Amino acid sequence: MESNQYLDVFIDESKENLQVVNDGLLELEKDPSNLSIVDEIFRAAHTLKGMSATMGYEDLSDLTHKMENVLDAIRNEKITVNSNVMDVLLDSLEYLEKMTADIAEGGTGSMNVESVVTQLNAIEKGEELSQTGTSPAVIDDESETSTSSVEGLTVDQFERTVLEQAKTDGQNVYHITVSLSEDCLLKVARVYMVFEVLEQSGEVIKSVPTVDALENEEFENHFDLILVTSEQDEELKAKIMKVSEVREVIIKPFELEAEQSSDDKQTTEENQAVSNEQPEISNDQTNDQPTDQQKKAAGNKTIRVNIERLDALMNLFEEMVIDRGRLEQISEELNHNDLKGTVERISRISGDLQNIILTMRMVPIEQVFNRFPRMVRQLTRELGKDINMEIEGAETELDRTVIDEIGDPLVHLIRNAVDHGVEMPEERKQKGKPAQGNMLLKAFHSGNHVFVEIRDDGQGINKEKVLNKAIENGVVSSDQASSLTDKQINELILASGFSTAQEISDISGRGVGLDVVKSTIESLGGSIEIESEYGKGTTFSIQLPLTLSIISVMLVMIEEETYAIPLSSIIETAVIKHTDVMKAHNKEVIDFRGHIVPLVDLRQVFEVPSAKDEEETYYSVVVVRKGDQMAGLVVDSFIGQQEIVLKSLGDYLSNVFAISGATILGNGEVALIVDSNALIK
Amino acid sequence: MSEVMQDDKVIVFKLKDEEYGIPIEHVGSIERIFNITRVPRAPKFVKGVMNLRGVITPIIDLRERFGLETVEQTESTRIIIIHVDDKSIGVIVDAANDVVDVPQEKVEPSPEVVGAVNADYIRGVAKIDQRLLILLNLEKVLSEEEFDELSTID
Repeated sequence: MESNQYLDVFIDESKENLQVVNDGLLELEKDPSNLSIVDEIFRAAHTLKGMSATMGYEDLSDLTHKMENVLDAIRNEKITVNSNVMDVLLDSLEYLEKMTADIAEGGTGSMNVESVVTQLNAIEKGEELSQTGTSPAVIDDESETSTSSVEGLTVDQFERTVLEQAKTDGQNVYHITVSLSEDCLLKVARVYMVFEVLEQSGEVIKSVPTVDALENEEFENHFDLILVTSEQDEELKAKIMKVSEVREVIIKPFELEAEQSSDDKQTTEENQAVSNEQPEISNDQTNDQPTDQQKKAAGNKTIRVNIERLDALMNLFEEMVIDRGRLEQISEELNHNDLKGTVERISRISGDLQNIILTMRMVPIEQVFNRFPRMVRQLTRELGKDINMEIEGAETELDRTVIDEIGDPLVHLIRNAVDHGVEMPEERKQKGKPAQGNMLLKAFHSGNHVFVEIRDDGQGINKEKVLNKAIENGVVSSDQASSLTDKQINELILASGFSTAQEISDISGRGVGLDVVKSTIESLGGSIEIESEYGKGTTFSIQLPLTLSIISVMLVMIEEETYAIPLSSIIETAVIKHTDVMKAHNKEVIDFRGHIVPLVDLRQVFEVPSAKDEEETYYSVVVVRKGDQMAGLVVDSFIGQQEIVLKSLGDYLSNVFAISGATILGNGEVALIVDSNALIK
Repeated sequence: MSEVMQDDKVIVFKLKDEEYGIPIEHVGSIERIFNITRVPRAPKFVKGVMNLRGVITPIIDLRERFGLETVEQTESTRIIIIHVDDKSIGVIVDAANDVVDVPQEKVEPSPEVVGAVNADYIRGVAKIDQRLLILLNLEKVLSEEEFDELSTID
């Protein structure tokens, strides 16, 4: 078919439509009686059906068609929306996303969707879901992308044949569930070791999650597999348990017949499990798309541009900025009126140009936020909580580089809020709060920064508990503890080696905790703050730079050389009398606001050729920090603060000590950027 | 190196009293020397980095690299920007002003000893119109050992 040229458009639009369906479904779940939402979902599904039929993706259009029937029935009030119906619809959506992803990767988008189609049919006919018992067993396609779950390992026909063959040969077929210990750091390695053990004993027929998913660490702490072996279960168990960090191994015989019947009972459970297992994967596929809100806002026509071209444009532009500086200087010297006017115009235009180029690299934070509603929905179901999540400011734009990094910390914080923040419904009622918890995810611009807030109305931070725990874990001493402000106490939960969750749960708190979040955000040049009122709720507030390619620095001189120190790591600058410098352990230190801060002479560190030897009476010191530690960098003079474009030193000089990159100054010279983290031990 | 065996255009530059050639396809541009920023703790022959039309480019001093005595910069001092394995590197030479065709048959294998330069760096020698051109093996000049040396500094 001569449709290749339309394929990109098709994929983009399909993703857009799927996102509309996704948003709509989540909306609908909150407000089942609002049939206008159904209309919207229906329209999107209908468009998708039409497009996929035109493009010849029959499975895609068939499934959409079935969904459409159900939606139509809902619209005509033949079916009432309940959580079963929602589950099946979301399940279907997931299939559609997978198919679209398959097409995007050059596949045919065909997939066996019999189970979900059966369920859709059943709903459409108004049957209860439990009556789908007559449906045939779920059959996976070759790519193993369809239904598979922890509760019920399902096998496709091919696997079934293999298993039956094995049984008739007198082999044992086991269903093995391996749980890794919660604090296991190298999960992939452990999985690999377990597999190696098993492969020596027999043949692994199937694993859930799939081997690929396991290799990508896309699982919690346990995984299931079906093994054909001649060995006995006790033997096997002992072998697997020899792999370290394996917490538990459950081996039971795998019964094909039993599987078939239990399959049906578990259909609903499976749906949940499936949507629990794979939310992030499927959402990633939708990540790169503009969403409908944005589309509505701008009604925009877009083209895709390779980010490298944008970088090249940026480079050229920087070059021009440098020349602009020279032009301005020359016109100043010549004092020619026409020339001056023209140069001023050029300066203005290039200023506008700079803004446009910078904003071209910006993408709405929506890309990251999109996946959260579904994630929260699944978490709340797992935990038996009831949480309403709202998102504000999803259209807030951030540089792509920041967007790529911010996802994981947010996931961590949201999981934390759902797990530890918001209480169980009964508990909330006892406290006189509404049973449904509220979470707000909010992004907004302010100055040169973007703020992201995660607010919940849960139990808040118990300061006493935090303090006791911090003292117990040696994060602070009891002397220090008494002098801490409320805010400082709250921030203790971000300290490394701290975790208040008394019991470790699957959702969050597997020991590493929030310190990882903090360090990730700090590595992006951002910061994180916590406000909390005990019993009322907690707000995490993250401040992020708009872009990573342009940073604010303090320019300093050391002899004749100019260096740039990132403002994000600077606490303060100070001029200190030589006589105020003290010695401790043969090192020079200063008393900086009650802290003993070691001095680092950059002239020595950077081996700057020095003309003069005499001691100066005053030291210019830049006090920098890395986490809680500080150091005073001794320089010759401060030039001032400036926004600079961060550049790498290139492959050839990739690993220079205490230099994190370089930048080009207004006069065309290169200044090196000091990596103060490397200077603090 | 296969391109030695063909009629090659090479850029000729001077270092001390000798003339060297590098294949023109490796040469990005020839620049006047300006504003090199020293990089602390880099190897001695790395003069620093330079802003080359918005790209930070490392600059090495070929005299230092070949163990020749260093001299003050003159009017004719140039930086030749070369591209090897996706890396852009500038080399400081005494002068660069010529492009020469090197016919395949004029290239001879490198003699055992040529000045102070380690023979590893040399692909061959071409004698053209009474001029002796030393053809450099760029990969060796900027060899990986040097990169390693650079990256292990701390």
